[in-house]
Amino acid sequence: MTTCDQIYDVIVVGAGHAGCEAALAAARMGCRTMLLTINLDAIALMSCNPSIGGLAKGHLVKEIDALGGEMAKNIDATGIQFRILNTKKGPAVRASRAQADKQLYRLRMKRVLEQQENLDLKQGEVTSLCLDAAEVRGVVLRSGISYLSKTVVVTTGTFMRGLIHIGLNNYPGGRAGDQPSVGLSDQLRDLGFQVGRLKTGTPARLDARSIDFTKLETQFGDHPPRPFSFSTERITMPQLPCYIAYTNPRSHDIIRSGLDRSPLYSGIIEGVGPRYCPSIEDKVVRFPDKDRHQTFIEPEGLDTIEVYPSGMSTSLPIDVQIAFYRSIEGLERVEIMRPAYAIEYDYVDPIQLHNSLETKIIHNLFHAGQINGTSGYEEAAGQGLIAGINAARRVKGLEPLVLTRSQAYIGVMIDDLVTLGTKEPYRIFTSRAEYRLLLREDNADLRLRELGYQIGLVSVQDYFQFEKKRLGITAELGRISTTRLQHTDEQVVVLARHGLLDIQKGTTLEQLLKRPEVSYADLAELDCVSRETSEVIREQVEIQIKYKGYIDRQMEQVEQSKKLESTRIPQDLDYTSVKSLTTEVREKLSKNRPDTLGQASRIPGVTPAAISILSIALKSSSWQGTDLQ
Amino acid sequence: MYIRDTIAAVSTPPGNGGIGIIRVSGDQAAVVGNTVFTSVSDGGFVSHRFSFGTIRDAATGEKVDEAMAVLMRSPRSYTREDVLELHCHGGWLVVERVLALVLACGVRLADPGEFTRRAFLNGRIDLVQAEAVMDIIASKSEAALQLAQRQREGALSKRIDEVRGCLLKALALVEAYIDFPDDDIGSTDVASITASVESAQSMLSDLLVTFEEGRIIRDGISVLIVGKPNAGKSSLLNRLLNENRAIVTHIPGTTRDIIEETITFEGLAIRFLDTAGIRHTDDLVEQEGINRALEKVPLADLILAVFDGSRRFSQEDQMLMDALAGRKIIAVVNKSDLPQRFSLSDETRFLAVVPITALSGDGVDLLKLTICRQFHHSSATDSREFISLSRARHRDALVSAEGFLHQFSVGLVDRNLELLALDLRGALDSVGAVTGQTATDEVLDLIFSSFCIGK
Repeated sequence: MTTCDQIYDVIVVGAGHAGCEAALAAARMGCRTMLLTINLDAIALMSCNPSIGGLAKGHLVKEIDALGGEMAKNIDATGIQFRILNTKKGPAVRASRAQADKQLYRLRMKRVLEQQENLDLKQGEVTSLCLDAAEVRGVVLRSGISYLSKTVVVTTGTFMRGLIHIGLNNYPGGRAGDQPSVGLSDQLRDLGFQVGRLKTGTPARLDARSIDFTKLETQFGDHPPRPFSFSTERITMPQLPCYIAYTNPRSHDIIRSGLDRSPLYSGIIEGVGPRYCPSIEDKVVRFPDKDRHQTFIEPEGLDTIEVYPSGMSTSLPIDVQIAFYRSIEGLERVEIMRPAYAIEYDYVDPIQLHNSLETKIIHNLFHAGQINGTSGYEEAAGQGLIAGINAARRVKGLEPLVLTRSQAYIGVMIDDLVTLGTKEPYRIFTSRAEYRLLLREDNADLRLRELGYQIGLVSVQDYFQFEKKRLGITAELGRISTTRLQHTDEQVVVLARHGLLDIQKGTTLEQLLKRPEVSYADLAELDCVSRETSEVIREQVEIQIKYKGYIDRQMEQVEQSKKLESTRIPQDLDYTSVKSLTTEVREKLSKNRPDTLGQASRIPGVTPAAISILSIALKSSSWQGTDLQ
Repeated sequence: MYIRDTIAAVSTPPGNGGIGIIRVSGDQAAVVGNTVFTSVSDGGFVSHRFSFGTIRDAATGEKVDEAMAVLMRSPRSYTREDVLELHCHGGWLVVERVLALVLACGVRLADPGEFTRRAFLNGRIDLVQAEAVMDIIASKSEAALQLAQRQREGALSKRIDEVRGCLLKALALVEAYIDFPDDDIGSTDVASITASVESAQSMLSDLLVTFEEGRIIRDGISVLIVGKPNAGKSSLLNRLLNENRAIVTHIPGTTRDIIEETITFEGLAIRFLDTAGIRHTDDLVEQEGINRALEKVPLADLILAVFDGSRRFSQEDQMLMDALAGRKIIAVVNKSDLPQRFSLSDETRFLAVVPITALSGDGVDLLKLTICRQFHHSSATDSREFISLSRARHRDALVSAEGFLHQFSVGLVDRNLELLALDLRGALDSVGAVTGQTATDEVLDLIFSSFCIGK
């Protein structure tokens, strides 16, 4: 076996959406970093849907951007349709979503990686980790070479013992067209990690030339498209529409007739699939009363005829696939270019992680992305960024970066994962965030930009631009709280037009803006300074004033929970020594090993009473070994 | 330390009895057992099995009593800790002696209710149940005991769960429309959201109206006896109690301080408060008594206004009526055996008018029934379905939930969904505070089982 003499600071295993963020973060923070992938032509490949964002996922992307990650910039440069979802609802649940040109997306990310200082890109399959007792020292490749490093970030996606299913046929693969990773998960299991099996699926890719788009509804993106990144000025890519089609009762009959050859229903697939992204056969079986299911036909890129029918993933045999896709109106003569398939893969229960994403069992080893049981590019990227940052901080001897639940969706996600573990693919939702009104897309920079700058991932220019925005917001908030209506002739005319004649002279612009029927645009009519205010500042001022009551209420709740969140539980705490805990609670705590009381309180079955007992036990310094007997 | 130490107490009532039980709970229970108790058979304690033996003073070896002892190993015990019970002879001296021996082993005397508190802290019972156990111990009447028993069985917890179920359903709908805007789950189904919230609201208000009744069943009714001097208030009290509790003379103003006594009637605890007669007086002591009587007026559940039937409605009667404005009053017209000169100008001010003769006791039973009828809807409370709130803490939590739901209903027209979700979560948290539950992933589970999600 050959060993390379260079010792890296950080080695990242896997170059998907988690791996790319991890490697870039570490390298940008000045660490000697290596990114290893099974296939250098598949870096940042969108293995499933050709899109980024959506509810809560868009929030993650903006947070990644605010912290200095790459995903938002990458989609801005390669996106071919941008939409803001939930525009009719409040600002907290508005989210950005974009269609990507899949090939351009991966090529741009590869270019960014290639141009990154301190970063080596290599192709190879990692078969095991080099260990020294409970500490990781590097990785061993199938080729026989081994690389040494101070830290390792594992982001294996669906590759560990990946098994692809199409009907009753199955074969090993990490993704259609790629080899699986074999050996690594066996070693992890031997080390004491709880390795489980999950399943996910992807629909067929269809030939656009064989689709009659005149029979489908067209869905255009927003005009003008709004970028994800706080640093992107405008989107310059050409924009394309998506199309909406529907299954019908005949499609469902075809699917039912093929269920006997479904690996899902014949028990061949053991892995647990995502409930929020079920295969079409799952939808038909679980919701037999629904006579149609919607699908968005999304372009895979500008220069390709391949299209992606979202929500239509399946592991049915190829003949059933063809018959069922062709039963959809507009798709009567459709040709499949790549078949749909399901894939099973190994994951490691994230309950065995600290909230820094370092494993509890092996020192200096970090896990991010689907290996932690998540699904989605954005979830992966968010974890990758944190794992990369924390690997680099470990190398530098710094405390890990841990985002709280009131600070970021990334914090909510990681806290959920490491506190509760997961038995099914985990996806972020806005309803997972208890402080949803605080965690908005629009204020992701206000929440995290400063932090990104301190960590060393946000450039000075970007930070300067942000500071300008922040100061502008503060100044404008101050100004409208002291500027009063003079009831000039001009103002009275505007007030009358808006039916606001009951507004008294001397009312501040802030008081006016608090009224539900008044928008910032109305202020601009009344007051010439408001007319000059930039769009980003207008938006923030409007949201912060209109939602003040709710935002304040949530801030109070955050304040109240701080005590629990900041009370640390020693990792070696012997829960059996806390006698008053019930056996059930004791078992749960011993298994989950929460880092803080706040985490402990979120473990199902850990009662408020148990938390009081724990907190008392932690306060008495004599909890350790002071058994009365 | 407090949480983990071992506690002991005498569990049988004070005084001499046939049997006296000393209960010990905590880590040290077995050690205590082995120290003070020697089984006649060999071998130590077998969990949950009584053994017969002797209790000895370990220091002197002196035999204190013959006793039965049982050790209940954690978690199969009342407190979920190791529990030792020593059943000895019930003489007060013996019991005290045994307790002293137990305490000498280094355990602490339990605080009142501490065994139950531990059962709660250790998760054996929820808050409602813990409180109900306290109520069972403290029950003042049959009805209160029944109510407490039912709460302990979890009837209230079950109803609270039903309310939570409705709220979770509504929240799941709201969250689905927020998180899955591109999924084909139909337009916002406001009707089914409001239907769920409304049924939660009606369950809450049904529970809340029971609070008054529940409290009365639990604490009993307080009945204030007022009237002008010498109307016969104290005689009435004595009749109601069937004993000569209050001093009765023909001298007006005999009663100065408030006399308080409780009886049980029709399963209900009734606390009577006899007061000084209301009149103008220069006597400082009497004036203080009158002030005390008037202070009690707003606190009483019911007022018995006692009039002298042999005299006309007087200035002093009017003074009294003015002081009772807005209260629930039963007019008691005493001395019905004498020629009647009394008449009430406006009987509608009273819940009832009951003529009595306190001296002979005529009419007093009718009066008791009339009192009970004002509070005790026996048909409702006897039914097994009857669930009642009886604690201010529960009431406060549910009132707060009602407040959130009111906010929700008002905002339904023009507020954003995520703000409505906030109201629903607030309501869920409040309701959960009664039983100590909080909403977790239940909402998502409901979404996935009710909607076909998955773009």
